[in-house]
Amino acid sequence: MSIDLKTIKHISKLSRISVDEQKAQKLVGDLNSIFKFIEKLNELKTDNIEPLTSIAETTLKLRSDEVKSKDIREQVIKNSPQDNEDYFVVPKVIE
Amino acid sequence: MSDITKQSLSSLIKNIKEKKLSSVEITKAFIDRSEKSNELNAYITEDYSSALDKAKKFDQKPNLDLKLPGIPIAVKDLFCTKNIRTTAGSKILDNFIPTYESTITQNIWNEGAILLGKLNCDEFAMGSSNETSFYGNVQNPIDKNLVPGGSSGGSASALAGQLTPITIGTDTGGSIRQPASFTGTVGLKPTYGSCSRYGIVAFASSLDQAGPMAQNVKDCALLQEIISTYDPKDSTSINFKRNEYSKDLTNNIKGKRIGIPKEYRVEDMPKEIEELWQKGIQFVKDCGAEIVDISLPHTSYALPTYYIVAPAEASSNLARYDGVKYGFRAMGENLIDMYEKTRSEGFGAEVQRRIMIGTYVLSSGYYDAYYLKAQKVRKLIKNDFDEAYKKVDAILTPSTPSSAFKIGEKKDDPVSMYLNDIFTVPVNLAGLPGISIPAGHDDKGYPLGLQIIGKAFDEQNILNIAYAMEEKIDFKNKISDWWIK
Repeated sequence: MSIDLKTIKHISKLSRISVDEQKAQKLVGDLNSIFKFIEKLNELKTDNIEPLTSIAETTLKLRSDEVKSKDIREQVIKNSPQDNEDYFVVPKVIE
Repeated sequence: MSDITKQSLSSLIKNIKEKKLSSVEITKAFIDRSEKSNELNAYITEDYSSALDKAKKFDQKPNLDLKLPGIPIAVKDLFCTKNIRTTAGSKILDNFIPTYESTITQNIWNEGAILLGKLNCDEFAMGSSNETSFYGNVQNPIDKNLVPGGSSGGSASALAGQLTPITIGTDTGGSIRQPASFTGTVGLKPTYGSCSRYGIVAFASSLDQAGPMAQNVKDCALLQEIISTYDPKDSTSINFKRNEYSKDLTNNIKGKRIGIPKEYRVEDMPKEIEELWQKGIQFVKDCGAEIVDISLPHTSYALPTYYIVAPAEASSNLARYDGVKYGFRAMGENLIDMYEKTRSEGFGAEVQRRIMIGTYVLSSGYYDAYYLKAQKVRKLIKNDFDEAYKKVDAILTPSTPSSAFKIGEKKDDPVSMYLNDIFTVPVNLAGLPGISIPAGHDDKGYPLGLQIIGKAFDEQNILNIAYAMEEKIDFKNKISDWWIK
């Protein structure tokens, strides 16, 4: 299986990472060599194997829904690239 | 006292408790040395002046009952520190100031330690040489233009270069053990669930685990004792009875059964690594332990599995970096354009590569062939260890397939870079504890490490084995201070 330029552009869209032609070309090479390495897994028959989905054998615990961090709004907003009073600002989304 | 920075953590603590040294004296000594060590590029953010303030405060009213009384420590810049910039080695977090503290760093400050600064690392901990950091390469104190390993490269460099008496790193596929091995230091990757992940910038959540790095096994055990606590803020934190690792430390490993997995004898492994391994085997035998040949048949599938599971989790974890609420933003014509440019300019090449691999293996039509397949193989790898642990108490392997390499040597070949983690990755996939201890030098004089892998939650046992071996090995790190003018 090989990954072509079209696939790279599709993944780039899904990843929300823009790539120019040169970067896309480089990624074709990189990803193909990595996937060639990954293909080794196909040597193994795994039809009857249960997938390992969690390494910690715990059940999720419940806790009460309490506010513990108070009065940090200003600090949180301060980390944003662009804000307006108590709001994060993004490019216009409604025409 | 000019040799303060040469002292082990245990000896610094002793000197503070006996009032032979003050916290200010110790803190000043490490700051002075750090200031002369800019060429190592171990720090991303320094916090020297508030470190000195905290040391002064400590000395005014010293609480000597604490485990790290007035001890200055620099930590990997993957741990969120309240009000102190936390970058994860990435441009996208260049201006990020956390509003909260990670549980692990909080544990350390609660025991009286003082933050010196934040240490360089591979971007989002993705790398084995510290070359993917937005803040530049880190030099290995062992030799000029040598990588310190990664991703906890700044931590390993600062520790070996005596800019911090101990440090903490994180290990997703070997990021504590490999740099420890490359710098002649001790590094422990604890059992998954034993140290809280709360406040650690996430890379691959089912594999990430923070752990201690130190000059010797005893210091490492003490730090593990402090950072390993049950934490309700981490949903995968496990509530089990933890040892007082440093108090319970013993070099008596008589009768312990140590497994030697034949699959770790990989093709093209340098002769000196094989010799080191044999030497290690002899040492544990000399300590009265029993050697058992074992098989971990799926070892060679661990790296391919890792390079599906880790990028898949990373692509999902790193979706949060969108230029809206914090971090770097690039301007765009519309919202989507802003996202795409932000992520394209904010992430480095390796991180983008891994996000794309992860996105691909999780995408419609490929999920079963890649991600599900990898989860199944991960099960087989875990089963291998479960089988082996019916026969043995711990497993002894080399830490890395080579000693430290030159900066730039493997940068353009991702697969050859990934092969660095061949002996460490299986441990993360199975969620087990593993420790790397310095065990010898290659013919260039570069350090080489041996790894001891334990059963889940059996940190005490591998620390004990490491402690017993350390005594026999009697390793001396060769630090020439080449970077100090």
